[in-house]
Amino acid sequence: MNKIITTTNFDLYYGSFQALKSINIEIPEKEITALIGPSGCGKSTFLKTLNRMNDLVPGVKISGEIKFHGEDIFAKEMNVNLLRKRIGMVFQKPNPFPMSIYDNIAYGPRLHGSPKKTELDEIVERSLRGAALWDEVKDRLKKSALGLSGGQQQRLCIARALSVEPEVLLMDEPTSALDPGSTIRIENLMAELRRNYTVVIVTHNMQQAVRISDKTAFFLIGEMVEFGETEQIFARPVDRRTEDYITGRFG
Amino acid sequence: MRNRFDEQLESLNNSLIRMGALCESAIANATKALLEGDRTLAGRAIEADSEIDQAEREVESLCLKLLLQQQPVARDLRQISSALKMITDMERIGDQASDISEMVMSVELDPAAHAIHIGDMARATIGMVTDSIDAYVRRDLALARRVIEADDVVDNLFLTVKSELLAGLKINPAEGEAPLDLLMIAKYYERIGDHATNIAEWVEFSITGVHKGELLG
Repeated sequence: MNKIITTTNFDLYYGSFQALKSINIEIPEKEITALIGPSGCGKSTFLKTLNRMNDLVPGVKISGEIKFHGEDIFAKEMNVNLLRKRIGMVFQKPNPFPMSIYDNIAYGPRLHGSPKKTELDEIVERSLRGAALWDEVKDRLKKSALGLSGGQQQRLCIARALSVEPEVLLMDEPTSALDPGSTIRIENLMAELRRNYTVVIVTHNMQQAVRISDKTAFFLIGEMVEFGETEQIFARPVDRRTEDYITGRFG
Repeated sequence: MRNRFDEQLESLNNSLIRMGALCESAIANATKALLEGDRTLAGRAIEADSEIDQAEREVESLCLKLLLQQQPVARDLRQISSALKMITDMERIGDQASDISEMVMSVELDPAAHAIHIGDMARATIGMVTDSIDAYVRRDLALARRVIEADDVVDNLFLTVKSELLAGLKINPAEGEAPLDLLMIAKYYERIGDHATNIAEWVEFSITGVHKGELLG
């Protein structure tokens, strides 16, 4: 299995607070990797670092290395906009733009070029199909995205991320604000996405990690304690701290 | 925040220990009935069977409740799934103790039983059952593995008993039902040994995550 992202002794500080301690992980391509751990363990910080969203936080310092396809993502010549196009992000709360469904999806492609109307139509349809939303919205593409249900809005955000043809999707608790039905739709969708994309997901829902992910990494107070096959982590964790966390003995 | 879950696991453990104790006493009674011709004890072993069945249903429903409510992982999942598997073997042990007792009730077997190694066989299997349940209670991996090894002893005793019975039949072919019944009883003990081995293998799994040398889950 190809490793699409590898980190080496990666440290991250918010001011004097060390949020990530010497993280070494290899994210496999076209698999789903789940990041789990108690609040404040650094998993979301780590996720945001993968497409340099933390650049925007004042006082952030880093050391060590993160490579995407073997290229240092912090290198001077790295085009951050392009990096974020290749590594897209879906957030905890659906955040559609206050515009039509169509324009939400077309936003990224327009930003990165000037596609023709027919091309855009194709991208919109392909992205919405990719996010399993097309059939529900194809007759109201010009309507406001804000009129969609929470679950539909989240799938719209996934479609928006797909519209610029990323390679990696970062998802920060993408279903925590959704009802069980919408959650299952998103989980089914992730199983589909896995064929063409690499997914890294932060989740507080252990059962979700078990259901959907191939690999699981357990974070605790800035450290990555254990990383392995999801089944191994949840059936036979090696580290006592992992066992204690997943069985609810702390955290 | 685990308090309730820990209490439920404790109660699962207690139910299993109780079911184990019922099985132990059922075989002990059946064996005493066999070797001493005490039909009252045979009757008790037969009555115990329905109590054991009832205990199995209790453990089963507790396990299903825990799976539903707690969605257990890691050692909790192994403990609960092992319990679910173990009770099937315990229930069979109860059936076989009852089967032995029914044969003891219908034919007088004790004089013939003393001529062969069936008493040794019974003691060896009772030891396996007791140890397999102790291994679960104490999470004692070494003890579980000793039970698994002891199965060979019981299997060999079965062959000994079988040849003893065969030799007896050659000398006195008109001995009647007793040798056939004793052979079946020996087979029941041999099966009880297998069930104790299965229990010990699930104990090993619940501690290590490895079942009969293979990773499960």
